[in-house]
Amino acid sequence: MRVALFLTCVNDTLYPDTGRAVVKLLTRLGVDVDFPMGQSCCGQAHYNTGYRHEAEPLARHFSDVFRGYEAIVTPSGSCGAMVRELYPRMGERARAEGRGDSLARTLAPVVHKTYELTEFLVDVLGVTDVGACYPHTVTYHPTCHGLRGLGLGDRPRRLLEAVKGLELVELPGAEECCGFGGTFALKNAEVSAAMGADKVRAAESTGAEVLCAADNSCLMHIGGTMSRLRTDMRPVHIAEILASTEEEPAA
Amino acid sequence: MSSRDRILGRVRRALADVTPDERPYGEAVPRDHLRVHGERTPEQTVELLAENLADYRAVVHRADAEGLPLLVMRLLAERGAREVLVPSGLPTRWTAAADVARIHDRAEHTPQRLDRVDSVVTGCAVAIAETGTIVLDGSSDQGRRRISLVPDHHICVVRVPGQVVSSVPEALERLDPARPLTWISGPSATSDIELDRVEGVHGPRTLEVILLS
Amino acid sequence: MSGTFVGMPAFPEAARAAVHNATLRGNLRHATHTIRAKRARAVAELDDWPALREAGRRIKDHTLRHLDRYLEQLEESVTAAGGTVHWAADAEEANRIVADLVKATGESEVVKVKSMATQEIGLNEALLAEGIHAYETDLAELIVQLGKDRPSHILVPAIHRNRGEIRDVFRSEMGAWGRPAPEDLTDTPAELAEAARLHLREKFLRARVGISGANFMVAETGTLVVVESEGNGRMCLTLPETLISVVGIEKIVPTWRDLEVFLQTLPRSSTAERMNPYTSMWTGTTDEDGPRAFHLVLLDNGRTDALADQVGRQALRCIRCSACLNVCPVYERAGGHAYGSVYPGPIGAILSPQLRGTASEIDASLPYASSLCGACYEVCPVAIDIPEVLVHLRERVVEGGPAVRQGNKVVLKPARGHAAERAAMRAARWAFAHPGTLRAGQRLASRTRRLHPRTLPGPGRAWSGTRDLPAVPAEPFRDWWQRTRAGRDGAE
Repeated sequence: MRVALFLTCVNDTLYPDTGRAVVKLLTRLGVDVDFPMGQSCCGQAHYNTGYRHEAEPLARHFSDVFRGYEAIVTPSGSCGAMVRELYPRMGERARAEGRGDSLARTLAPVVHKTYELTEFLVDVLGVTDVGACYPHTVTYHPTCHGLRGLGLGDRPRRLLEAVKGLELVELPGAEECCGFGGTFALKNAEVSAAMGADKVRAAESTGAEVLCAADNSCLMHIGGTMSRLRTDMRPVHIAEILASTEEEPAA
Repeated sequence: MSSRDRILGRVRRALADVTPDERPYGEAVPRDHLRVHGERTPEQTVELLAENLADYRAVVHRADAEGLPLLVMRLLAERGAREVLVPSGLPTRWTAAADVARIHDRAEHTPQRLDRVDSVVTGCAVAIAETGTIVLDGSSDQGRRRISLVPDHHICVVRVPGQVVSSVPEALERLDPARPLTWISGPSATSDIELDRVEGVHGPRTLEVILLS
Repeated sequence: MSGTFVGMPAFPEAARAAVHNATLRGNLRHATHTIRAKRARAVAELDDWPALREAGRRIKDHTLRHLDRYLEQLEESVTAAGGTVHWAADAEEANRIVADLVKATGESEVVKVKSMATQEIGLNEALLAEGIHAYETDLAELIVQLGKDRPSHILVPAIHRNRGEIRDVFRSEMGAWGRPAPEDLTDTPAELAEAARLHLREKFLRARVGISGANFMVAETGTLVVVESEGNGRMCLTLPETLISVVGIEKIVPTWRDLEVFLQTLPRSSTAERMNPYTSMWTGTTDEDGPRAFHLVLLDNGRTDALADQVGRQALRCIRCSACLNVCPVYERAGGHAYGSVYPGPIGAILSPQLRGTASEIDASLPYASSLCGACYEVCPVAIDIPEVLVHLRERVVEGGPAVRQGNKVVLKPARGHAAERAAMRAARWAFAHPGTLRAGQRLASRTRRLHPRTLPGPGRAWSGTRDLPAVPAEPFRDWWQRTRAGRDGAE
């Protein structure tokens, strides 16, 4: 199966380790992964800030880059939700604005074959034990767009529970938003920071070494808050945990 | 232009995208929800009613036709009630044993007068098991809405199982919207202080429900 | 809406004080977390919840899409049942109608059931200007009125007050309005409720005019429905001789049977009860029972403007349960006052900018008062996709475009204050559309990474004031990918 890694612009620029982990993990599971060099940004930040029309060329570009693959895998719940939930909506809006079906038709091919990483593993590859080893105490924060947008449900948890050596501890108030919210983190910095601090305190109360999530944007906010509050915890993307093995443990 | 015409005009312009061939009400509204939650015998439905009434702090009693007057007498005596409002159509037997002054609600009674009455005894139109609700519809054994409102102590007699339905959909089917309806689920309560429920504000603070079989 | 809110600062500024007010944060956290867990239990009792939610959504949507027809039908049924129907295009007209109706009775005081619509139009202030005193009788509204405060929650307007603060308000203010609070009043909720009972009872018993809103109006029968807990509603709806109900035009349902959906979803979503203590239903007037005169004032006040917006109109499905407020992490920390409207929380953030427009600073900032976490949509009993409407309204703020205001088609200009953001968004779009540029930028960032500060100056402080910046890696992923020939050398 020829699978495209849609890494996201944030991961490409700031979190290449996550990208390497996805490649390592999928390759280990026998998947032929490609990283189309033409990829850039799905347009989510534009769309969610109110610049839908600026997001349209990015969405078209996304479709041009990825439409030829059998599956598109992304280690980001929110960018995955952008393609799956919001691309169809963009098409509908363009139609309602009297601009015809062109956008909807362009975007349609990528919508249904875009998967968030844990979805791809559980639903497409049909695995929950990916042969990982990660001897640490971990608490899991389900990020909002993965949880409520894509409906990831217990997939990430099932994957983590199968990891050798990993002790999973319950995060109190897990389903509450961490306060990132894209440009919300800047436009409503005070409220965003208060939400982040509460999330970090909840994570600390578990005694875990690691807070794991399936989205680095949220982890950037949570992690930035953790280090500012001088906690001993680390944020780690789920891909890096799942890629870690006894032979090649994650850093 | 009248405001009526102005508003209706705005509505019609706002709905320019709605085509005339849109699905009619019957097709546009699915009713895939349940008519009743769970399967129960009539006895079990009465049991559920009792449970749910009690859960919201109504005091539940049971009586048969013979025992009812004595029960009403006892409840009024325990309350120390001297004056009791009785709707004109309330079976006289129900309060026959009680040693109280029976007050009939008359139009010239002011609310202040009703406020001096200790208790009220009424029947009901229907009771809903799933929600622990009794509904009054102003029939002659229930009286005007104000009599079950102003006194602080309300005794409501529910004929079981005949007056008991399982669910809200079943209750609405039995009720006549042309009548003034009061749905009562427990004594008056408020969640206004820290979103925590406290019983006892303006309506009757004590609600006693007698399940009459 | 009410003049109380004119000149409110933008949401982020208004929220700042709340975020740092430990008492307020504690009060809100306690109250919202209490109700959240209870709501979840009450909803879980019904295994057909998704079907009820879908039926509620479809009933409301259908009604809105044929609102003209149902309004006319309602008017006919209410009139046939002995009521009088009035139409008010805006707040001023509604207030004028109500004031004239009260004056015609010769009364100078009215008792009020809690009603969002009359809050929205600032009825109490308008009546006072005509020498008419309106007494709020819902416990939380009473707390707000006595404390000369503003409501901060749809269901529990005094949610920002804890029991101790409520006791203090009762002790110091009740005397000026009527029967004073008992001198030894403590802060136990039961005693506070008792104090309200005693204080309001004399007002209920002498009231000749009652004013209410309504939760539902049934077009086919002309029945109005008020859902409440305390019995203050029953008092106001049945004891006075004249009843005036001010109701938004979106509160219609077509049939009597439709109530079977909402009477199941509203109480469980709102107070987390199987059923609220009291629900009153009346159809016009009834001989020898209740008010002899019934007036229904149908209120537009921006609703038809919202109706004209194909994305935004779903906000008119709202049944005012406040479940979205109770689950909202932003509301929990910012408090209701920051929303500058009688409609706070997520629903307020999409309703106020539609009813009032996006011209003011506060209204233009409300669509951004959300992290788009989606918790509001998940609990909404009529499935309003609040995040979708928020994003749609953000677009209206930054891009402007066609809209309807006071029934007139207008073309809105982009809001001020977004020029830098717009330029940044355009630049980002351009860079993303030209991967070469993007790559050059990434490389520059990587190469200079040791020079990056941990905190940022200027607008960047919004991030780095409370959060460290992530370290920029030695190389972006795409360079690694290319360097390792599509990762296949395995070299790291």
